[in-house]
Amino acid sequence: MASNLQLNANGELRHLLSIEGLPREVLLRILDTAASFVGVTEREVKKVPLLRGKSVFNLFFEPSTRTRTTFEIAAKRLSADVINLNIAASSQTKGESLLDTVANLSAMQADLFVMRHASSGAPFLIAHHVKPHEHVINAGDGRHAHPTQGLLDLYTIRHYKKEFSNLTVAIVGDVLHSRVARSLIHGLTTLGAPEVRVIGPRTLLPTGVESLGVRSFLDMREGLKGCDVIVMLRLQSERMRGALLPSAQEFFKHYGLTPEKLALARPDAIVMHPGPMNRGVEIDSNVADGPHSVILPQVTFGIAVRMAVMSMIAES
Amino acid sequence: MRLLIRNARIVDPASARDAMGDLLLADGKIAALDDAAKAAGADRVLDARGLVLAPGLIDLSARLREPGFEYKATLESEMDAAVAGGVTSLACPPDTDPPLDEPGLVDMLRRRAKVLSRARVYPVGALTVKLAGERLTEMAELAESGCVAFSQANVPVADTQVLWRALQYAATFGFPVWLRAEDLWLAKGGVAHDGEVATRLGLQGIPPFAETIALGTILELVRATGARVHICRLSTAAAVEMMRRAKAEGLPVSCDVGVHHLHLSEIDLADFGAHFRLEPPLRSRRDREALAGALADGTIDCACSDHAPMDEDQKHVPFAEAEAGATGLELLLPLTLKWGEERKLPLAKVLARVTSDAARVLGVASGRLAPGAPGDVVLFDPQAAWRVTPQALKSQGKNSPFLGYELTGCVRATVVAGNLVYER
Repeated sequence: MASNLQLNANGELRHLLSIEGLPREVLLRILDTAASFVGVTEREVKKVPLLRGKSVFNLFFEPSTRTRTTFEIAAKRLSADVINLNIAASSQTKGESLLDTVANLSAMQADLFVMRHASSGAPFLIAHHVKPHEHVINAGDGRHAHPTQGLLDLYTIRHYKKEFSNLTVAIVGDVLHSRVARSLIHGLTTLGAPEVRVIGPRTLLPTGVESLGVRSFLDMREGLKGCDVIVMLRLQSERMRGALLPSAQEFFKHYGLTPEKLALARPDAIVMHPGPMNRGVEIDSNVADGPHSVILPQVTFGIAVRMAVMSMIAES
Repeated sequence: MRLLIRNARIVDPASARDAMGDLLLADGKIAALDDAAKAAGADRVLDARGLVLAPGLIDLSARLREPGFEYKATLESEMDAAVAGGVTSLACPPDTDPPLDEPGLVDMLRRRAKVLSRARVYPVGALTVKLAGERLTEMAELAESGCVAFSQANVPVADTQVLWRALQYAATFGFPVWLRAEDLWLAKGGVAHDGEVATRLGLQGIPPFAETIALGTILELVRATGARVHICRLSTAAAVEMMRRAKAEGLPVSCDVGVHHLHLSEIDLADFGAHFRLEPPLRSRRDREALAGALADGTIDCACSDHAPMDEDQKHVPFAEAEAGATGLELLLPLTLKWGEERKLPLAKVLARVTSDAARVLGVASGRLAPGAPGDVVLFDPQAAWRVTPQALKSQGKNSPFLGYELTGCVRATVVAGNLVYER
């Protein structure tokens, strides 16, 4: 299943498709490796030769600026050649199938595919079909998973909180459509966080979400009590269509993070957001820019985490 | 041609027979059994030692893809698949292109099928023009050209007034109407059972009440109109309960289940395998258990293959983009036997669900082994195991969730109207 596809016979990372199914040791190894790269990103010469001569193809079937850029920076700091393909605007619209696109790129001697796709599970399809020396990193598939985001969230939490074993973490907002939430939940439960909460209106919490090992709260004030970590999710404006929410204003009133609601969490709570933020929709500017916010360090750690994943995969 | 089959284990669900014996086919019919069969002369004798002789299978839903989808499969390939699977009669849903909504199309299909002279083909006509759920088809005309029932295939009628009128009109002539119970709006955009697995995989769900709400509407309209309605492909435990109560109440209803749904559940989606994208979606293990139990106790009348052959391109895409459906004609027998084995049911009862019970729903005289009945039989080895591979399947569609699995029950010969149409 998923875990077999991601690990080789020695238990090393071959593809990164989902945090679900990765053993605790592998997650910790990624976080430790990332820690060693944080130093590199602070040096004057921000390059190491680990991926010299390798070709990394960024395949973004869905538009993205931040994730694509951080993957590109990470690959370049590892000395890889990076090719960016904005496929949303190219062959897919000409009717070429996903597998044909990847087969063509494979013929151009790719080593690593970094892939984002609007359909849940698309990177699994690719991972089943690539050649043995080719690797796939999921940069977000539908609502399913965004493992490098989940890992950088875990890295950030560990950086500020040191241990997972006594943490209460709340994930707030549009959990239904969020691959970020799913990846982080699997990461936190694997690393032993005792209480993971999801907070949102019924329309934005998926059916049976408790089966992922979380407690669900409909009242944000209730759910934030005693939290060490608050993760705010991005609310896409299209959710106002399809009868999921009446308005951004009403959402903000009940599920937006304001200083007043933040005060219900622990005094040393940190506030995270995967970006891009909608100020005044899910988060108040005073919180986003305030002392509890670790939103910008998340971005910096994201580069180190992606370097760690790419280098570990290249070594496998 | 007089064909004598000797030393077979003859299983005839209609007469509850399961005993060794001989059977003679002559003039396209079953002519005689046992001593009477042996006494009469024959042109050909098959020795069936170790094999089961049963009525040919009757499949209530098999897509032959003609007209319009010849790139997925053709009448030739699928009629070969039918007899290789021991299926001697099949009903084909109207979801062709164009849909079976005009007598000319039905005539053509039946003529083409007749020329191939393999399984008997019973077209199910479209209930509404182009299956659009707006205007009624000429049901009486379609019935004259050979339609045995009317259906919307997998396209629900959203407008309940149209559905009401359609049932009234069909009831006027006594035509059976076959319906999938699915609420168009609740199912919109969904690709999997709305449950824990879809939540984990990030797939849009179809809630179980998409089925029960639609079923409630249909049953209420049956009460109002008296139309004879067959519910196709139940998928939830709750709908099974509703059917149980409707039958107890005496409503003129029957129902079936897709044979894949007796064995698979949402758990099987775990690796995003597009072959597991079915319509209705694979539901929870509790639902599967309820379906398997209801087929055993007769609440569900029959199992069908819901055969939907397609080319690999339609499955070599991410799960949600894949076309729903599986090839099934050649899996109907082994998967039905597997269900019977798991529930420890007598073979005659197991086979009833794909022979005599299906014949009752379809309204045909086959599905039994009595003298004078149509000469449609299957001879199979109940112990022989075979592996499901693309090469092993005659169907042009190799899209099976069971690819790579070993199944038990292998067809050795199929006879339609007294003619040996398949032998291995």
